[in-house]
Amino acid sequence: MNGFIDIVDTYWKAYLWTDGYKLSGLVITLWLLAISVFLGFILSIPLSVARVSKNKWVSKPVWFYTYIFRGTPLYVQLLLIYSGLYSLDVVRNVDVLNSFFKEGMNCTILAFALNTCAYTTEIFAGAIKATPYGEIEAARAYGMTKFTAYRRIILPSALRRALPAYSNEVIFMLHSTPIAFSATVPDLLKVARDANAATYRSFEAFGLAALIYLCITFSLVWVFRRAERRWLAYLQPRRAK
Amino acid sequence: MDKLVVKDIHKKYGSHEVLKGVSLSAKAGDVISIIGSSGSGKSTFLRCINFLEQPSAGTIEVSGEVINTVADKQGNLKAADAKQLQKMRTKLAMVFQHFNLWSHMTVLENIIEGPIHVLGLSKDEAVGRARKYLEKVGLQNSEDKYPAHLSGGQQQRVAIARALAMEPEVMLFDEPTSALDPELVGEVLKVMQKLAEEGRTMVVVTHEMGFARNVSNHVIFLHQGKIEEEGKPSEVFDNTRSERLKQFLSGSLK
Repeated sequence: MNGFIDIVDTYWKAYLWTDGYKLSGLVITLWLLAISVFLGFILSIPLSVARVSKNKWVSKPVWFYTYIFRGTPLYVQLLLIYSGLYSLDVVRNVDVLNSFFKEGMNCTILAFALNTCAYTTEIFAGAIKATPYGEIEAARAYGMTKFTAYRRIILPSALRRALPAYSNEVIFMLHSTPIAFSATVPDLLKVARDANAATYRSFEAFGLAALIYLCITFSLVWVFRRAERRWLAYLQPRRAK
Repeated sequence: MDKLVVKDIHKKYGSHEVLKGVSLSAKAGDVISIIGSSGSGKSTFLRCINFLEQPSAGTIEVSGEVINTVADKQGNLKAADAKQLQKMRTKLAMVFQHFNLWSHMTVLENIIEGPIHVLGLSKDEAVGRARKYLEKVGLQNSEDKYPAHLSGGQQQRVAIARALAMEPEVMLFDEPTSALDPELVGEVLKVMQKLAEEGRTMVVVTHEMGFARNVSNHVIFLHQGKIEEEGKPSEVFDNTRSERLKQFLSGSLK
């Protein structure tokens, strides 16, 4: 117990937001999670619509993208983007690419966003395909354009039904963030490693990190439960007021 | 002027011809019942009228405006102009056998959806309309409920209110009571009868012979994709000429 208190005493700032020079720990982990999930979500909406398109030239490229990113480990994707791409002359010789891929943070966000986007696209595409056909037919019969039908009927209904699966994806993403350290990003687990290396109190150093991850997960679960109660009320039995 | 003129609709699935030239015209206030056994093509015919099903041949005219069509690769007709088709569909509100309410929306949201996002009404106007028609179908206290929390009969009445809120020229009913429990059929038929009495123009595909006989002013009997017999209900039901219709009626009227 004393060891635990020592670690908290010395490293609590580093675990939560700063190692004294720059941001670290929880703040970095949350930022990685938020920005990659946000980018992945925004991108996955048009991609999931393209994924279910009847036009092969539209749906196949998206299928190929999700196949590649779901078929390889996120860790490998990060290494390829951070170390692999930067080893190519074409990347180093173009100024914009050079300065972008030099930064570990940029590479990590890119890899995370592309990865979660691939999974999210498949989740949303599945939900779109499962939209009751009669509801789409009603939208057509009432004079909606394809765009309006997607915007007003198909997507709102599909995104709601996708919530439970999507909440899992977000939690998986949180639990993937520790690999960011491979690209020199000082996330929560990186701080735990530092504390461990400095004190040899491994159980306390990693245990503290585990506790913080647990707290984030519980908060996420709570948020998604609230969201489901609100947006999925139409699928649930009626509750007494 | 006729509100709806449908001429010589053909529909083929591959080499199988389900509609072999069916026509219909409705003046304002007409209530036309289309009857016939399963597979006679009556639902397909109704769905061809608003192009939910693509006819293989034929013309459709709503309020004097003919829908321009072109043939697609399979030889079926599709609307040449998506804008014209969408505008025409707003004039032909449809009520489906399985209601097809938008399940993630409340009753009120279902009804104001078309008026706001298709017709371009303001929210206040649309809500006003919705409440008026909800009252007409007897569901003024259910506007915040979700479709899944209503009975089948109530859902169908919401669907009728949704159709009414478009203030269409013609209402199309596709077997509106076929998916309902017997004791719920009456509440829907009563609403439809009230609409007929108000002088709304309706085309109704139905198995309810009582409705066809008492409420409609014209009955069409479809058999194997053709009109076997049509006329006033009194002629069709009491002076039946065709053998097919006699057989059909003896089976359905106990």
